[in-house]
Amino acid sequence: MELFLHQLLAGIATGGIYACMALAVVMIYQSIDHFNFAQGEMAMFSTYIAWQLMAWGCPYWIAFILTIVISFIGGVVIERGLFKPIRNAPVLSHIIVFIAMFSILNSVAGFTWEYTIKSFPSPFPSQPLFNNRLIGAHDLGMIAITLILLVLLYVLFRHTRLGLAMRAAAANPDSARLVGIRVGWMVALGWGLAAAIGAVAGMMIAPVVFLEPNMMLGILLYGLAGAVVGGLTSPVGAVLGGFAVGIVENLAGTFVPVVGKELKLTIALVLIVAVLMVKPSGLFGRAAVSRV
Amino acid sequence: MTSRRTLLTMAAALAGAALVSSPSLAQKKYDPGASDTEIKIGNINPYSGPASAYGLIGKTIDAYFKKINAEGGINGRKVTFISYDDGYSPPKTVEQARKLVESDEVLLVFQSLGTPGNTAIQKYMNGKKVPQLFVATGATQFGNPKDYPWTMGWQPNYQSEGRIYAKYILDKHPNGKIGVLYQNDDYGKDYLKGLKDGLGAKASMIISELPYEVADPTVDSQIVSLKAKGADIFFNVATPKFAAQAIRKAAEIGWQPVHIVNNVSASVGSVLRPAGLEASKGLLTTNYIKDSTDPTWKDDAGMKEWAAFMDKYFPDGDKTSSFTVYGYAVAQSLVHVLKQAGNELTRENVMKQAANLKNVDINVLLPGIKLNSGPNDFYPIEQMQMQRFNGTSWELFGPVMSGEIGS
Amino acid sequence: MTTREDIADSAVAVPRLGGLTLRTWQRVLTIIVLLIALALPAVLKNFHVFQLTLVMIYAIAILGLNLLTGINGQFSLGHSAFYAIGAYTTAILMDRFGVPYFLTLPVAGIVCLIAGFLFGLPALRLEGLYLALATFALAVATPQLLKLSILEHWTGGVQGIVIIKPDAPFGLPLSQDRWLYYFTLAILIFMFLAAMRLVASRTGRALKAIRDNPLAAKAMGIDTAFYKSMAFGVSALYTGVAGSLGAIVVQFVAPDSFTFFLAVSFLVGLVVGGVGSIPGALIGGLFIMYIPNLAEQVSKGLAWAVYGAILILVIYVMPTGAAGFVRLVTGRLTRLMSSNR
Repeated sequence: MELFLHQLLAGIATGGIYACMALAVVMIYQSIDHFNFAQGEMAMFSTYIAWQLMAWGCPYWIAFILTIVISFIGGVVIERGLFKPIRNAPVLSHIIVFIAMFSILNSVAGFTWEYTIKSFPSPFPSQPLFNNRLIGAHDLGMIAITLILLVLLYVLFRHTRLGLAMRAAAANPDSARLVGIRVGWMVALGWGLAAAIGAVAGMMIAPVVFLEPNMMLGILLYGLAGAVVGGLTSPVGAVLGGFAVGIVENLAGTFVPVVGKELKLTIALVLIVAVLMVKPSGLFGRAAVSRV
Repeated sequence: MTSRRTLLTMAAALAGAALVSSPSLAQKKYDPGASDTEIKIGNINPYSGPASAYGLIGKTIDAYFKKINAEGGINGRKVTFISYDDGYSPPKTVEQARKLVESDEVLLVFQSLGTPGNTAIQKYMNGKKVPQLFVATGATQFGNPKDYPWTMGWQPNYQSEGRIYAKYILDKHPNGKIGVLYQNDDYGKDYLKGLKDGLGAKASMIISELPYEVADPTVDSQIVSLKAKGADIFFNVATPKFAAQAIRKAAEIGWQPVHIVNNVSASVGSVLRPAGLEASKGLLTTNYIKDSTDPTWKDDAGMKEWAAFMDKYFPDGDKTSSFTVYGYAVAQSLVHVLKQAGNELTRENVMKQAANLKNVDINVLLPGIKLNSGPNDFYPIEQMQMQRFNGTSWELFGPVMSGEIGS
Repeated sequence: MTTREDIADSAVAVPRLGGLTLRTWQRVLTIIVLLIALALPAVLKNFHVFQLTLVMIYAIAILGLNLLTGINGQFSLGHSAFYAIGAYTTAILMDRFGVPYFLTLPVAGIVCLIAGFLFGLPALRLEGLYLALATFALAVATPQLLKLSILEHWTGGVQGIVIIKPDAPFGLPLSQDRWLYYFTLAILIFMFLAAMRLVASRTGRALKAIRDNPLAAKAMGIDTAFYKSMAFGVSALYTGVAGSLGAIVVQFVAPDSFTFFLAVSFLVGLVVGGVGSIPGALIGGLFIMYIPNLAEQVSKGLAWAVYGAILILVIYVMPTGAAGFVRLVTGRLTRLMSSNR
């Protein structure tokens, strides 16, 4: 029973990582209707920017905010520079550009900052809260930040004109254009926001997994899985999905006999595919209806 | 008149010189990749992909040969070092090895990295009779002169190291309960096998062995499980990133076992410092090379030489990483072999000399540890020494040990 | 997927270039390429012959992916899994049962056909992105499955299996590399011809109809579930045969050989060669074989950044791949010629 509790809490802690990433995935999906396979590398790169700023003597929170701003601008620039020119190319061509971005960011980060791991500071106290031995202060802090992001996104999309315009641009670009929304810029804005959320995710994840160019490799997959399980159209669903994936992965790895420990990854993925079979739009997503 | 006489004497002198020098000329023997002016050495390293941290070794070796060339080369011959990227993918390793042997025509392939890649090319290299020298892996299968006379390892193999820990555990904690965290590949399993073989009849002391995958984000779950199962000895067979995670997580959940970390992740700079020096206090490991961040070696002649080399030839290199010391040491070993081979730079002679190392001193290895090899001994380094982390540096203790494999 | 290529085929009625029809040009070109392919091993070093053999193997794998994505419109990021199944089938049969290499090929193909078909069944319920994710997961999980300790007796676990390279039969005076080159070339030609037949057949038209409009296809009475699963199976068969050949040529299989990056490479080859184009697969194979090497020559530390830059450039210049590019150029040329007349 104690083991169960421990694994559950460890699952929630890892789930926090996935939830953070899933949120960024949903953000980009909302604006381009697709996954960005380079999203993990973008987050990693942002985290290196933060690390570099701190190495130059910037205090944590200033570096934190500067990184978010830089990442936002970076996201917008990538959209305007790389993706606007091929807007009408087939989807697969876009995927290839994602792959290209992935290799460029990974390679440049490794070249600039080396491949050895670096520790990344946490803004939260190193002593666990209330002296509990179950869950670390950083894990709790990370979950709190994820929830704050979630609330901010909710307010943006539901209660501001800009959020409404972004949703309109993603849902129906042609009609949106007719009512005077600059669709192209809305997409760019979505990229910027996704990059900024990714930066936060990276800075929250790095203290746990250590900073290195390949740190997002596994996490992106779990983040995608969390987003899909929760439903790609729902930020709340994505966060819950992220937690669910973390918990399932840890519990299955511990309690499924024989194959559990060796196939931790596989079991988690099989469960995800199973969820999709039963409810293809995710647990919290809206079913897409296509017009014939 | 005089001129005629001088000419004659000169001619005689020349003839004499030719006679004298002809035996040594005859001794000059070359295979592809070697000549009067050049020695071509091939190398394969993962400069990209999941294992790219190791790429630092290849870069260090490259810098070391720059130093050798600047200082006049090996017996007057300049080294051309050709290093290719295989991204830690075996089919790519095969392609690159063939490129080195058949297209670049190197004399030998040196320090190809990783067990899967080296396994993939072992048959090919032996079929072609090209040395696959000082491979960068501690897997046991690369020291088998009977079946693979062209393949030789360098570092202590993983199984011997596992045996050394078993010896220590049986001696100091005979009633302990061992929990193992290992990377789910040949490297992790080799260590596990060494530990089990070393424990022998008492292998049941291992109460839990949990694997992780390189793609896993964290090993937190495994650490929590090991603690919950009541292990009081923790054998940490993980690569730097995961070893550091394990050290930190154990401290975070208040688990204080006898913590043995494998040599692969013993670097203070790239593992213990990120994990937290306080959390690393009391860690045990074994080593054979000097740690660059250890103050013990601050006035050590070998390490000073290494630091001077880094400053001059590899200023961007990470001086806190053990990989740069490793690369420096292994490149030195190869230069020693090639010097010993003299003017007979054939592939056969290179292997003969590599299998003829007698107490060779490499100045960044721990005191007392020497290179030794023979026609039936293809493991040049077999000694290691245990050490304990005191919160700032490693402290050696106990004798220099060798974990001979009872095969 | 775009349907532009099909329209282009039928809409331009017998285009002519320099007095010959495009079809004739295609034939001439094919024969020239074939002759070069036959002659190359005579003038190249063994190592280059080996590289070209790998190009052909990748081309077969990409063709397999093409049948699924280009013809049937289903995504897959998981074809490295089928490549691995093919490779392991061959390796286990050769190593554990002493089966001759050429007999392992059809077995590997059938095993993959079944595996692909079975994977295609649940995948039926998944569309677009979700299918991409499921196959992505398959690719990521493949190395872990291959390492599974229960299967270790067969798969060799993490150590993999080393196999012996076959000699040329009947005492032919060919090196092993050259013999395998011709062997692979023969298989390649067979597989390409079969693929062309398939695409032109009734089945091929059904597959394309599903790609272009699944609802309409269903309404016309096409058994979409069966055809989609079958497309997965046949696609896996192609990739499996490629994997099988790959194992023989490389002489080694191990879990690390079949990571997610292999699946990504196939996808890159597919798009660069041209989605939906059968000869494009060869271009794709050449690309994923040689461009990384080229990038490494440009800059060692930044090799993959260079590779990424080349990829972006290729997509900008040829958004529909090499095949689309060629179609565009020949289209312009014919129009130019006819307007001059």
